[in-house]
Amino acid sequence: MTQSTLANEFDYSSVDREQWLHMYEQMCKIRAFEENANELYLSRKMPGLTHLYIGQEAVAVGVCEALRKDDYITSTHRGHGHCVAKGASLDRMFAELLGKEAGYCRGKGGSMHIADQDTGNLGANAIVGGSAGIATGAGMSIKMRGTDQVSICFFGDGALGQGLLYETMNMAQLWQYPVIYVCENNQYNEYTHNRETAAGSLKARAEAFGIHSQEVDGQDVRAVYATMQRLVARARGGEGPAFLLCQTYRFLGHHVGDVNREYYRSKEEETYWKSERDPLKNLVAWMTAAGLAETSLFAQIEQDVQAAVTAAVDFALNAPYPQLEEVTQHVYA
Amino acid sequence: MSTPEAPPNVRIITFAEAIREAIAEEMRRDKLVFVIGEDVAEAGTVFKVLVGLVEEFGPQRVIDSPISEAGITGLGVGAAITGMRPIVDIMFGDFITLTMDQMVNQAAKTHYMSGGKLKVPMVLRTTLGASRRSAAQHSQSLHAWFSHIPGLKVVIPSTPYDAKGLMKTAIRDDNPVAIFEDKMLYQTKGPVPEGEYTIPFGVADIKRSGSDITLVATSSMVQVALEAAEVLAGLGISAEVVDPRTMVPLDRQALVDSAKKTSRAIVIDEGYQGYGVTAELASVIADGAFYYLDAPVKRMGAMDVPVPFSPVLEDLTVPTAQGVVEMAKALCNKN
Repeated sequence: MTQSTLANEFDYSSVDREQWLHMYEQMCKIRAFEENANELYLSRKMPGLTHLYIGQEAVAVGVCEALRKDDYITSTHRGHGHCVAKGASLDRMFAELLGKEAGYCRGKGGSMHIADQDTGNLGANAIVGGSAGIATGAGMSIKMRGTDQVSICFFGDGALGQGLLYETMNMAQLWQYPVIYVCENNQYNEYTHNRETAAGSLKARAEAFGIHSQEVDGQDVRAVYATMQRLVARARGGEGPAFLLCQTYRFLGHHVGDVNREYYRSKEEETYWKSERDPLKNLVAWMTAAGLAETSLFAQIEQDVQAAVTAAVDFALNAPYPQLEEVTQHVYA
Repeated sequence: MSTPEAPPNVRIITFAEAIREAIAEEMRRDKLVFVIGEDVAEAGTVFKVLVGLVEEFGPQRVIDSPISEAGITGLGVGAAITGMRPIVDIMFGDFITLTMDQMVNQAAKTHYMSGGKLKVPMVLRTTLGASRRSAAQHSQSLHAWFSHIPGLKVVIPSTPYDAKGLMKTAIRDDNPVAIFEDKMLYQTKGPVPEGEYTIPFGVADIKRSGSDITLVATSSMVQVALEAAEVLAGLGISAEVVDPRTMVPLDRQALVDSAKKTSRAIVIDEGYQGYGVTAELASVIADGAFYYLDAPVKRMGAMDVPVPFSPVLEDLTVPTAQGVVEMAKALCNKN
């Protein structure tokens, strides 16, 4: 796996032990959230489908750990991880997944559209690459309003096929907007490997605009965080946009119903990533080896997270649906 | 078009000047308002509508963009969600095809999908209308497309007075608003008062009162309807010309009330007739005034063909005053 130069230069000991533990907790939260979302689907308690983030947790957490609450993110159809990592409450997220009034969008958005302006989340987006305009426009707005916020555009390798991304990257670099384009290369455009869909180098696409570009091991939250720290500092300091290519893997299917995947990828491949490249296990192994924490501490974190997630699911299951007259509310502001 | 007499505090200015005044006044009033588009700054747009703005407000607020309609519309959506009030300039109405995902899936739905939390106070200004010998990709009137999408407001002014007042309202609105300006109207003149005024959305304007037949007309077709009404008056037919001014929200009551009064109606719009604005407006009248009607509600839209280049062909595709007169005569049994 490629490590970014910046990450290699980064002194991990400069990061507080508590902060690493917080990142672990955040990754645990995302995984537990997704496992429960899957269970809600399988038990037919959740309407529709959802796209699980399991396997990619280090990207969302490493990126968002380097952000402030008032920094913006835009997210994707596979967006629960970004939402949790930016600080959303699990109970209101589950409520949204179940179409309940207590949800972040009063049940009107669902899994693919959770937005939470209080944590700077401008919304998940069900159009692949569709949020590149919003994230870049947020960067434009930051510059015009003269604040030192940054705007993060999360997207997958599938979005590299969309023209909007290149139109907006061009303008972000031309006008030096504080936007960081985070490409999560989980290798698959739905059910098709990107070697069948993407010509040339992925990173070179951003480099063609002169955008500062980095590649990082997306299974290593330390590397993602360390690299993002630098990119965020650059953007805040007025040095313009950046592109961060995170090499990662989607442990499960394109969506919860994508169970039989042998026709597009092997079980051996999945097993390798799950056993050797799990971002949660990676962090535990490093922290344990470095003497930063005992195994029992991680078990305690996992237990606490499970309890919180269970409570959040119960909250959502017991929450009321929206009133029917809500259907015509909020079409216009 | 005859130039109306102006009272002392009213100037006679062009449609283009009215648009420019509205934008300039709003930019002076609100620092959050800015313009982005292709050739909007030093060039002042290809139709010279925005000439002078960059000199007053600078290139940070009147921004020449790359030729990236989807991209600049997306930037507008993101800037609007995060506190700015962008005006996105799309040079020709035909190019809204390139903005569709950003307008339809992003701008229009953000407020609803977020449960009312996020707002998109953005204006997309663009053009409509044929008759400039510009052929099939620079001549369409596609306002029906945006009018079809819940969450968007659509403005379609026909006079300098309306253009200024509606543009100011659009800029102050907290929703995505598309404003379609007829290219052929830019140099037409009309009375516009000095000083501040706005025109509310969803309020139709009776451009001419009459009692025998209602001509509902939009944008470029208002002038066509007024010319037809003049001819019809000479034939003893009193035509009322109703201009909805905004497609969304639509002043349904004004259309129905006029049709009830006259008992006949023709809807005239420069969009393609098939599945278009005329169908929607005719349906509103047919539903609301059915028991008062003495004839079927008729529709006149652009011919359902790609707009041809050759002048002799292009002129066949757009409703004309003569065509309206003939249809009105037939409806009123005056043949």
